[in-house]
Amino acid sequence: MSIPAVELTGVHKSFGKAKIICGVDLSVAPGERHAIIGPNGAGKSTLFNLITGRFAPTQGTIRLHGEEIQGRPPYEINRRGLSRSFQITNIFPQLSVFENVRCALLWPMGLRYSFWHLVSGQSELNARADDILERINLAGRRNVPAGLLAYAEQRALEIGITIAGGAEVIMLDEPTAGMSHSETDAIVALIRQVTEGKTLIMVEHDMGVVFNLADRISVLVYGQIVASDTPEAVRANAKVQEAYLGAALEAAE
Amino acid sequence: MELIAITLFDGLVMGLLLFMLSSGLTLIFSMMGVLNFAHASFYMLGAYFGFQISQSIGFWPALVIAPIIVGIAGALVERYGLRRVHKYGHVPELIFTFGLALVIEEFVNFVWGRDQKPFQEPDSLHFALFHLHGYAFPAYKVFMIFVAVGIFLVLLTILTRTRIGLVIQAALSHPETVQNLGHNVPLVFMGVFGVGTALAGLAGVIAGPALGTFPGMAFLLGSIVFVTIVVGGLGSLWGALIASLLIGWLQTFAASYNLRFADILTALGFTRPLRIADSVFRDLWTLTLPQIGPILPYFVMVLVLAIRPQGLFGKREL
Amino acid sequence: MTIAPTSDRQPQDTLTGSQWRAALPWLIAFALLLALPFVFRSSSAITVMNQMAITVIFALSYNMLLGQGGMLSFGHAVYMGLGGFFAVHVMNTLLVPLPLLPLFGGLFGLIFAIIVGAFSTRRAGTVFAMISLGVGELVAASSIIIVSFFGGEAGVKGDRTEAPAFLGINFASQTQVYYLIAAWMFLSALAMYLFTRTPAGRMANAVRDNEERAEFLGYSQRTVRFMSFCAAGFFAGIAGALIAINFEILTEENLNLTSSGVILLVTFLGGVGFFIGPIVGAVAFTLLQSVLSLQTDLWQLYVGLLFLLAVMFFPGGLTGVLAMHGPAWRHGKLGLLTVPYLKLTAVVVTGILAAACFLEILFHVRHASVGENTMRLFKLTIDTHAVWPWLATGGVALICLALANRLAPDVKAAWDAANLPAKGSARR
Repeated sequence: MSIPAVELTGVHKSFGKAKIICGVDLSVAPGERHAIIGPNGAGKSTLFNLITGRFAPTQGTIRLHGEEIQGRPPYEINRRGLSRSFQITNIFPQLSVFENVRCALLWPMGLRYSFWHLVSGQSELNARADDILERINLAGRRNVPAGLLAYAEQRALEIGITIAGGAEVIMLDEPTAGMSHSETDAIVALIRQVTEGKTLIMVEHDMGVVFNLADRISVLVYGQIVASDTPEAVRANAKVQEAYLGAALEAAE
Repeated sequence: MELIAITLFDGLVMGLLLFMLSSGLTLIFSMMGVLNFAHASFYMLGAYFGFQISQSIGFWPALVIAPIIVGIAGALVERYGLRRVHKYGHVPELIFTFGLALVIEEFVNFVWGRDQKPFQEPDSLHFALFHLHGYAFPAYKVFMIFVAVGIFLVLLTILTRTRIGLVIQAALSHPETVQNLGHNVPLVFMGVFGVGTALAGLAGVIAGPALGTFPGMAFLLGSIVFVTIVVGGLGSLWGALIASLLIGWLQTFAASYNLRFADILTALGFTRPLRIADSVFRDLWTLTLPQIGPILPYFVMVLVLAIRPQGLFGKREL
Repeated sequence: MTIAPTSDRQPQDTLTGSQWRAALPWLIAFALLLALPFVFRSSSAITVMNQMAITVIFALSYNMLLGQGGMLSFGHAVYMGLGGFFAVHVMNTLLVPLPLLPLFGGLFGLIFAIIVGAFSTRRAGTVFAMISLGVGELVAASSIIIVSFFGGEAGVKGDRTEAPAFLGINFASQTQVYYLIAAWMFLSALAMYLFTRTPAGRMANAVRDNEERAEFLGYSQRTVRFMSFCAAGFFAGIAGALIAINFEILTEENLNLTSSGVILLVTFLGGVGFFIGPIVGAVAFTLLQSVLSLQTDLWQLYVGLLFLLAVMFFPGGLTGVLAMHGPAWRHGKLGLLTVPYLKLTAVVVTGILAAACFLEILFHVRHASVGENTMRLFKLTIDTHAVWPWLATGGVALICLALANRLAPDVKAAWDAANLPAKGSARR
């Protein structure tokens, strides 16, 4: 069996006395599209933040491609090939759309903290940034300051920044939040296209999107994973139905 | 022994004076996230208004009227200046108060000139309250202590016993949530800014006769007040009090103990170079504690910020 | 110097022919710098230009922190001053040719920036601002105490003409000094501009905008800030060394909080959003200072008020105001604004002059010696104890205020019209 792309064992997280994550075990295989669902306040975003290094877990280990990463700063985890997006759009508002994407490419392309390369001279860098803009359909907005984009465009840019560096593991936090139906369809197609051959972990409320995209689904309730299985099995799981899914499924149909 | 007692006393006066400024400043910062660079300028305005009013109707009315005028001026500055800049973010706000400090200093120069004003304590307090080993403790300094302690008690009561105090306290620890409580937050902001600057004005009226009333007085005290609230921890009234006393004592002790570094170096076994004027280390040999006294607070602040950015008693980072 | 299209908001890196276009402003600046001493020959003009060029370097280096990196510093003069003091000492060894001296100043500024940056760049915002203030106070106070390096209150003097001659030039004449300073200014400005175009410079902008997101892209916000901070210290040190060359003396005034405050003011007035902002600010401020300070005792009050109004109404500074007109310019409708602007400018300038006269008369009455009842104002002799000067100046100021209020809606309407895209070009 191959090494899981992401593996959590016995992860706990408390803020003061509040226990948000209480013993999560989770394993995501390379190339898998994995969705984490659960009711509001279940700790999905916290779990995301633990994996990506925004918070350090109180207890437990988190492995990325077999290497322990818990408690490391976000930039180190990112350098090991994990990239994430945010639920609340998190871009560089004063930089142009093109600059936003290019900034996401600098580290992966080995330019690091260089102050002896001019970015304009890096033709491959600029070509790749423009290529990403094409893929997220923002080529026409190339030189607009990102803060002036419409909401859906900012969401697309958010995903563009996340996938630009070619990270092996992509984590998307509610990529379709606040979008209309047609916008959701476009973004789902985009996600499917850009995460081809990669490991995807996503938090999502829209069950249509979840069952459309995910190979496996984990259900998080009150800081614990109550089920982790294929969409069909999760759909049939009594515990899940009881906890949460029934109502949501009805709403989706 | 007597030197210790006298220095303790002077340091207490200095520390409490600092507290009158830092209490208002820390309240304003905690509520609005603005470090008011012009806070000491309002203190200076208090001293000058106090001087002007006491010229015509005496010190005691001035003690009441001048802080009120300063408080109103502060509230107006918040309403028509800061609130406007607020939407651009914290850095422009900080820059705004920085510019305000410049303008107030120039305003004082304009109206009262550059020389020191003969602002005297009232005759009724112009006597020695008691003597210790031949050192006369002036009644005016004791009066300063009482006013400062009085302010601390009043503030503490307001903050812990009244409704508005609870709103302010909530804002100290959870600034975002207060917005959602349905309180008129802009009005509370204006009020806190007005009260904070009025406190600074009161400190100015009181300190004017003791420390001198001149255009540089704001600059002299301004950065030290920052040091106290940063060291004490932002949003903590107790922290402001303790840090103010600490800095007050640090400065007065450093000023009154003529410790020479030459003695320390000799005690450590170094010998004084014969041709001291040519030595690279000549300054080390001629340094005295009173000389480095004024920079000790900044040293403490940089140290605290580098090691513990939330300050000694603070709960959140700057 | 030049209104170059070098804003960091309009990258034109990959456009064809862009290299030439990017170089053009620099070529113009180069020619201008060469030609200036032939246009302004008087020694006072060259003094002002030298001062200006040094301020340009210092302001640009300050903007690496404030505008490019989002770090508000209240103690940037420290790095300039320390670099300058070190440069004077190096100059006094008589070993280094003068044109190389700025390198030593820069290195010393860099070393001190590395020390301070190591603990101050962990966070931006208020923590950074307070540490910069504390370090500024510490160094300024130490400079009085540590006599062996800072020379106490008298400062440290040097003599640039005693340094080894460079290609036969001994820098005794002011013009020679001008070209030396101008060359260093050109090189420094170019280097600082190119820095903004490197990965480190681009990430400085990114961290300024959103430090958290930058961390999730592989960059430590602390390292990114640290690099900008060190570079800013280096260029501030170069400015300090040029002070050593130009004035041949350094004192506490070159590194105290007032100097740090002034450079904040200069940079902000010029505009922190664009690379040329600090250049515009330094030129305008130096001119303003050298003109106003000769004319009136109240110039610091005026500058303070100007600064305060700028923060309140024009947070983008002078270049920000210019850039606001970009859309109208592209729509070709700038002409619509000309007449309303001219009207408003006439009224505002008259009003400001009248108000300033009012203040001057008031100041004179308050501070002139007893019996001295006349003052000179714009070549007029005015009896300050008569009624009419008060009425005239105060009245004109108030009328202008009222007129400006009346004109404001017209200007607003013209502004809206000018910013409406022309028909047929329906791009948002």
